[in-house]
Amino acid sequence: MFKQEGCRTVMRLFYAAVTSLFLLFFLASSPFAVVEEYTPPPMTEGMYPCSNCHASMELNRKKRDLKEEHTDIKLHHAETMRWCLDCHDAGNRDKLRLYNGELIKFTESYRLCGECHGPQYRDWRAGIHGKRTGYFTGSGKRTYFLCAHCHDPHEPKFKPLKPEPPPHRPKENHDAKSKQ
Amino acid sequence: MEKLRETWHETWHFYRRTLTLVAKGNKLYYAWCFSLMAIIVVGFLSYLKQHDVGLIATNMNDQVSWGLYIANFTYLVGAAAAAVLLVIPSYVYHFKPIKEIVVLGELFAASSIVMAILFVMVDLGRLDRFWHMIPFIGSMNFPQSLLAWDVLALNGYLFLNLLIPIYLLVKFYYRKEPNWKFILPFILLSIPMAVAIHTVTAFLYNGLPARPFWNASILAPRFLASAFCSGPAIIIIIFQIIRKVSTSRIEIEDEALFKVSELIAYAMFLNLFLLSAEIFKEYYSQTVHVASFKYLFEGLHGHKQLVPWIWAAMTMNVIAFFIFLIPQTRKRLTTLNLGCLLVIIGVWIEKGPGFVIPGFVPDPLGEIVQYLPNSLELMVSFGIWATGLLIFTLLMKVAIPIETGEFSHVSYVERSFRRGEENQAWEQGSFKKF
Amino acid sequence: MRNRNNRRYTRREFLRNLSLTAAAGASLPLLSSCSKEETEDFLQKHFQEMTPEDKKRVIAKLEERYQQKYGRKFQISTQEVVPDTFWAYGLELSRCIGCRRCVYACVKENNQSRHDPQLQWIRVLRLKRGNLINLENSEHYYHPDLVPEKGFIYLPVQCQQCQEPPCVKVCPVHATWQEPDGIVVVDYNWCIGCRYCIAACPYKGRVFNWAEPNIPKEEINPSVHYLGNRPRMKCAVEKCTFCIQRVRQGRYPACVEACPTGTRKFGNLLDPNSEMRYIIDRKRVFRLKEDLGTEPKFYYFFES
Repeated sequence: MFKQEGCRTVMRLFYAAVTSLFLLFFLASSPFAVVEEYTPPPMTEGMYPCSNCHASMELNRKKRDLKEEHTDIKLHHAETMRWCLDCHDAGNRDKLRLYNGELIKFTESYRLCGECHGPQYRDWRAGIHGKRTGYFTGSGKRTYFLCAHCHDPHEPKFKPLKPEPPPHRPKENHDAKSKQ
Repeated sequence: MEKLRETWHETWHFYRRTLTLVAKGNKLYYAWCFSLMAIIVVGFLSYLKQHDVGLIATNMNDQVSWGLYIANFTYLVGAAAAAVLLVIPSYVYHFKPIKEIVVLGELFAASSIVMAILFVMVDLGRLDRFWHMIPFIGSMNFPQSLLAWDVLALNGYLFLNLLIPIYLLVKFYYRKEPNWKFILPFILLSIPMAVAIHTVTAFLYNGLPARPFWNASILAPRFLASAFCSGPAIIIIIFQIIRKVSTSRIEIEDEALFKVSELIAYAMFLNLFLLSAEIFKEYYSQTVHVASFKYLFEGLHGHKQLVPWIWAAMTMNVIAFFIFLIPQTRKRLTTLNLGCLLVIIGVWIEKGPGFVIPGFVPDPLGEIVQYLPNSLELMVSFGIWATGLLIFTLLMKVAIPIETGEFSHVSYVERSFRRGEENQAWEQGSFKKF
Repeated sequence: MRNRNNRRYTRREFLRNLSLTAAAGASLPLLSSCSKEETEDFLQKHFQEMTPEDKKRVIAKLEERYQQKYGRKFQISTQEVVPDTFWAYGLELSRCIGCRRCVYACVKENNQSRHDPQLQWIRVLRLKRGNLINLENSEHYYHPDLVPEKGFIYLPVQCQQCQEPPCVKVCPVHATWQEPDGIVVVDYNWCIGCRYCIAACPYKGRVFNWAEPNIPKEEINPSVHYLGNRPRMKCAVEKCTFCIQRVRQGRYPACVEACPTGTRKFGNLLDPNSEMRYIIDRKRVFRLKEDLGTEPKFYYFFES
C-alpha cells in the first residue's frame, strides 16, 4: 500500500510539475507576464526602499500637509477626497494599497490606477493608451511604459511643453538662400 | 534604289535652299532674328542656372508647386488649338480667303506647340530623366495619368501640324499636285485633335479632387472657349504683321481676318458666359470651395495679389467682346487690332496665372501662400516665347515665298541653268556681262 | 578654287564645312565627359523592373556614393513586403498638444533636407475649438511659449497612405506606387520632378526637393530603405513612408516613439490583436476628407 501511495504521490507531483510548467509557459506568453519587460517605475534616487525610514517611524493617519519630508510632492490628484495613505499602504510603505486592502508592488502600480481609471486601464493593456516603443512584433526588444512613466501619480496632469519651431515659411527658403 | 537616291538628293537640295532662304533677308529681318536670339541666349543661360541649382532658383514652393511655366503652357496649348478655326473654314467649307493662309496658321500652331512643350520641359525637375516618359522604353502611366495623355496628344498634334503644311509646301515647291487621298485624312484628323489637346490639358487639371477650384466640369468647355478667343486673335495680329513686313506678295485678305474675328466674337461670348456660370455657382452656394474664387476676385484674408490682374483681364475681355460683336468696330482694322490685343492679354491673365495660381490658394491644408515669378522664371519664359517666335519667323520665311511661288524648284532649275551657261562662258573665256 | 562638278567653291560652302567641323569637335569632349557612372545613372531601371542582381549593383553604387558624401557606412535595405501585413495609423486627437516632437523625430529618422529647402513630412495644424473639418481656418506657424494653448486643438497631418491614392493615379511615369502592405512609395531615381502628384494630393502629404538636400553629416541616419529614408537628390518628390525601414522589421515608426503624450498609434490591420484593430473596433474613428474617396489609412479618433 505504501508503494501505491508513493506512486500516486509521484504521479501527482509529476502532474503538478507539468501543469505548473504549462501555466508558467502560458503566463509567460500572456501580456501579464511582460511585467518584467516594463522599464522600472520612475522613482526619485535613493527613495526606495521606503521602509528604510518608515519602518521605524510612528504612524500618523491624520490627513495633513507634510512639512518635514516629501515637501516637494504637491498632491493634485483628487486631493480633496484622498491623501497619501489612501494609495500608499500605511503598514508597509514599500507597497501600494488597492481598495480592497490588497498590497501590490510599485511595478504593478497600474492596477491601482486602473481601479479608478478603468477605460484608460483597459486601453493601456491593449496598447492604445500610453506609449510603447521598440518592436511590436517578432522577438525584438520592446518597451512598455507604466502609467507612472508619463503621469506623475501625485500631479498626473501633463505640464505644457515648449513646442518645437514652426516650419520655415515658403519665402524664407529663398531669403535664406540669398543670404548665402 | 535609284528612286531613293533621287528622293534623298531632292530633299537635301530643298533643305539647303531653305537654309539659304532663311539666312538672307533685309535689315528688319536681321534685327528681329538677332534680338530674338539674344533673348533666347539669356533665357537659355537662366535655364542652365536653374538646371544646376534645382527649381529652388524659381519662386515655386510646396504650396504653389506650379507657376509661370505651367501658366504659359496652358495658354499656349490653347493658342495652338485655335488653328482648327482656320482649318475648318478652309478645308470643310472651302472658304477661299482663309484657304490661302491656312498653311501659315498650321505652322503657327506648330510653333505654339513647340513653345508649350518647351515650357513643360523647363518645368520638369529632372529633365535628364525625360526618357522615363517614353512609352515602351520608359514606363508611361497610360491611360491613368492625364499627363501621359497630354504628352501623346501634344506630340501627335505637333506631328500633324508639321506634316500637313510641310507636305503641302513641298509639293507646291515642286509644282506637283498634293495627293489629297493621302493628306486629307490627316487634315480632317487635325480638327478633333485640336479639340483633343486642349480638352486633355483641361482634364489634367479637372481630374484632381484635391483642388476644388479646378475640379469643375465646366473646365474643358471654358478652356476651349478661351482658346478659340486667344489663338485666332494672335493669328490676326501676326498675319497683319506678315502682310506688312513680308517682301513677298502674299495675299492675306481682310476678308479672312474679319471672318476669323467673327468666330472670336462667338468664342468670347461663350467664354464670358461659362465664367459667369462658374461664378454664380460658387458665390451662390457659398461652400468652403468659394475660397479660391474669393482669393482671385476679392482677396482672401488680406491676400490680394491677383485681384487687380483678374479685374483688368475681365475688363479687357468684356471690352474686346463688344469690339468683336459690333460689326463697325470689328471691320475696322484699328479697333480690330485693339480688340485682339485686349483678348490676347486678357485671356493670358485669365488662363495663365489667373487659373493656375488660385488652384493652389488656399492649399489643401488651408494655407495661403502667394506666388510671384522671379526674374529667372521671367527670363526663361521670355526665352521660350522668343524661341517660338523665331521658329515661326523662320518657318514663315520659307513658307511664304513657297506659297507665292517665288521660291520653287522651277525657278531654281531655271536659275541654275542660266548659271550653267554662265560657267560655260567663264570656262571658254568668253565671259560677258549678262 | 574649284570642287568637283566644276562649280565655284563658294564662301558659303566653306563656312558651312567649317561650322560643321567645329560643332563636331566641340561635341566630342561633351560626349566623352559623360562618365560611365553618369551613363549608368541615366539608364537605371525602374525599381520594380530590377532583377535582384540589378538591385544589388544599384545598392552597392549608392552605398559608396553616400559613404563619400556623408562619411558614414550606410545599410540600404530593399526588404520586401512582410506577408499578411497591411499597415494603418491611428492618431488620438484628444491628446495631441501640438509640440511638434513628431515632426523633428521624422526629419531626423528620414534624412530630410534641413534648410534650402526645409522639408517636413508631418505638418501640425492648430484649429480653433468648434471647428475641425474646414482646414482653411488652420494655423500652421503657431509658436507660443507653451503648448497646448487654451481654446485650440492640434491636428497633425502627413501622407495618409490612401487606398485609392490620387498621386499614384496621376504620376506620368509610375514613379510612385502602392506596395502590397499598403505603403505608397516613391522610386526617387525614377521621378522626373513634374510635381503633378503634389497638385493631386488632398492632404499635402508630398513635398519636393527643390534643390540638393542639405543634411548635416552628424545627423544623418545610415540605416535606410531604398524606397524610404535613403538620402534623396534634387528635384525628386518625397513623403512619409510609415518608416518603411522600421515597420517591415516590426518596429514602430519614429513619430510614434517620439510622441510624449502617446497620441500616435500604429498597427497591422490584418492582425486581429493589433492596436489598430482595437481602435477601429472600439473608438469612433474618422478620416480626413473622406468624401474625396481616397480611402486613407490614417485614422483619427477621440477619447474625450
